[in-house]
Amino acid sequence: MTDLLQIVASGIAVGSFYALMGLSMVLIYKTSEVINFAQGEMALASVYFTYFILTARHVPFYLAFPAALAFSVFLGFFLEFAVLRRAKEPNVLGMIIITIGIEMILLGLVSWKFGADPKTLPFPVSPYGSVTIGEIFLSSLEVLTFFVAIVIMLGLFLFLRFTRFGVAMKATQQNPVAARLMGIRTKRILLVTWGISSLVGCVAGLLIAPGTMQPYMMWDPMLKGFAAAVLGGMTSLPGSVAGAYIIGIVENLFGGYISIEFKSVVAFFIIVLALCFRPSGLFARHYVKKV
Amino acid sequence: MDIKRDYYEDVRFFQSGVAVFWFAALLTFLAFYPFLFKNYYVYVANYMAINVIVAIGLNILVGYTGLISLGHAGFFAIGAYGTVVLMSRFHFPFFAALLLAALFAALFGFLLGLPALRLEGPYLSIATLGFGLTITKVIGRIPFFGGRQGLHAPPLVIGPWHLDTDRKFYYLVILVTLILAAAARNLIKTKVGRAFVAIRDADVAAETLGVNLLIYKTLAFAVSAFYAGIAGGLYAFVLRFIEPEMFSLLMSIIFLAMIVVGGLGSILGAVAGACLLSWLDLELRNILSIPYLGTWLEHLSKSYFSITGVSNIQFIIYGFIMVLIMVFEPLGIYGFWLRTKRYWKTWPF
Repeated sequence: MTDLLQIVASGIAVGSFYALMGLSMVLIYKTSEVINFAQGEMALASVYFTYFILTARHVPFYLAFPAALAFSVFLGFFLEFAVLRRAKEPNVLGMIIITIGIEMILLGLVSWKFGADPKTLPFPVSPYGSVTIGEIFLSSLEVLTFFVAIVIMLGLFLFLRFTRFGVAMKATQQNPVAARLMGIRTKRILLVTWGISSLVGCVAGLLIAPGTMQPYMMWDPMLKGFAAAVLGGMTSLPGSVAGAYIIGIVENLFGGYISIEFKSVVAFFIIVLALCFRPSGLFARHYVKKV
Repeated sequence: MDIKRDYYEDVRFFQSGVAVFWFAALLTFLAFYPFLFKNYYVYVANYMAINVIVAIGLNILVGYTGLISLGHAGFFAIGAYGTVVLMSRFHFPFFAALLLAALFAALFGFLLGLPALRLEGPYLSIATLGFGLTITKVIGRIPFFGGRQGLHAPPLVIGPWHLDTDRKFYYLVILVTLILAAAARNLIKTKVGRAFVAIRDADVAAETLGVNLLIYKTLAFAVSAFYAGIAGGLYAFVLRFIEPEMFSLLMSIIFLAMIVVGGLGSILGAVAGACLLSWLDLELRNILSIPYLGTWLEHLSKSYFSITGVSNIQFIIYGFIMVLIMVFEPLGIYGFWLRTKRYWKTWPF
């Protein structure tokens, strides 16, 4: 029984990473229908920026962290403004290719600058210190991640529900043309969405980095986050969070009881099965496009 | 000028005499290519031709049928492993092994096409992506397929010929590529091809007009997987060694990038994109030996970046090409070609 609880608890901890990445992808998909494959590498760039100012410029951590968040927001702004907005006659596939291109550029720049060898990010919360809850052991970083994920989810929920800007974002998502006629600056909405999404991704990256930090560290969380978002329905924020926890837990259960080797692919198997029954994800309404 | 007067003019293999001339010129060039260039460039041509096959197959799925696949490296791996295993463990002759492996890939394509009936956009991309990742995991796990160590390709003997050098292998690859390219071009002109295009433009409308989505969507996947399977089988003999790590997600992404850069929904575009990206892939691996640019990059790396990570410039260039082409010309290289042609047709107006 303790075993099972431990596995589920670690699953929830891993799920928190996926949830953050999933949230950041859903934010962008919701407002602009772009699947942002560059999400992981945007976070990667922010993480390495933090590493750079911490180690080479010796900025104290309480300044470096806000600086990293600001950097990630500006990175999001910049990419939307300089690249995505310039696309002529965008279609879904073209947008995917553009974001994959951005991903490659960022990955290339980061690994050109810092090399492929693993680094350690000086982080105030150690990934090795542990917290005991009953008979379950979790690292203090995992506990922190869990709470940060909860705070960000709540924050996003309140932001979208109760602020003017959040409501404007929802309106843009539902009908861009009508939103523009009502006086919403849809372009600015997209810009800010990219900023926020990059911020959420950066938080996820900073929480992953103390455990493992090398140029490919964001691939797996990004793909799993995407998978979680798809499982949840790609347009629903709570859906993507639920999907992330489902994936985290099932993955850990599978790894613990059946086969550790196939642990990383079982998530995709579940998704294909789930999508066969609910083609638009578990928590989203199914739309059929009009002819 | 080129106004089509009847249906048969539209489906003709050669649209005009000029096309016949250029095709003949291309054939002659391809026939004498190994005599004109160094050994390394023959290897480059083989590599390109294989990517051309995959790109054409993927374009049938993505460009013509409007579905998406981020798992084509999986079909490629099935083709490669199938061919090598059938030849070395069951002593099949080459062509039988290649065909059987490609048909096996097509079977997997059909199976992957079944969930694709209900999925689209991000949902389909995650399903195919999962397939691609799973296949390499499974192959890497089974000792019969060489496990993580990989497999060596057996010597390639077809009838009296022993294809042991890149030059000899070149003719086989080019022949297969030409046949498959012609087949794809004709497929698009038939009822099946028109059904694919109808599905791309509006699948509900296509279904209303009597296109059976179950058959045609799975068929698109199967045909596309067949092409990838054939290419994979040939790829195993170009490299002479295969291991599961090669068939990564990055490979699937590059395949997709080839057809998007080349131009969706056109055979010529797929060929151009595949040639450009695979040439760049090989050329950028030793970027520091390019004259002038190499020394400048070395200097740049030493003063601002790191010299250990210099091979990653490849990704940066790749990324810029993908972004720039998509931003400025959504139809890719083929779009540039169409615009140039139109410009000269009415020149100087």
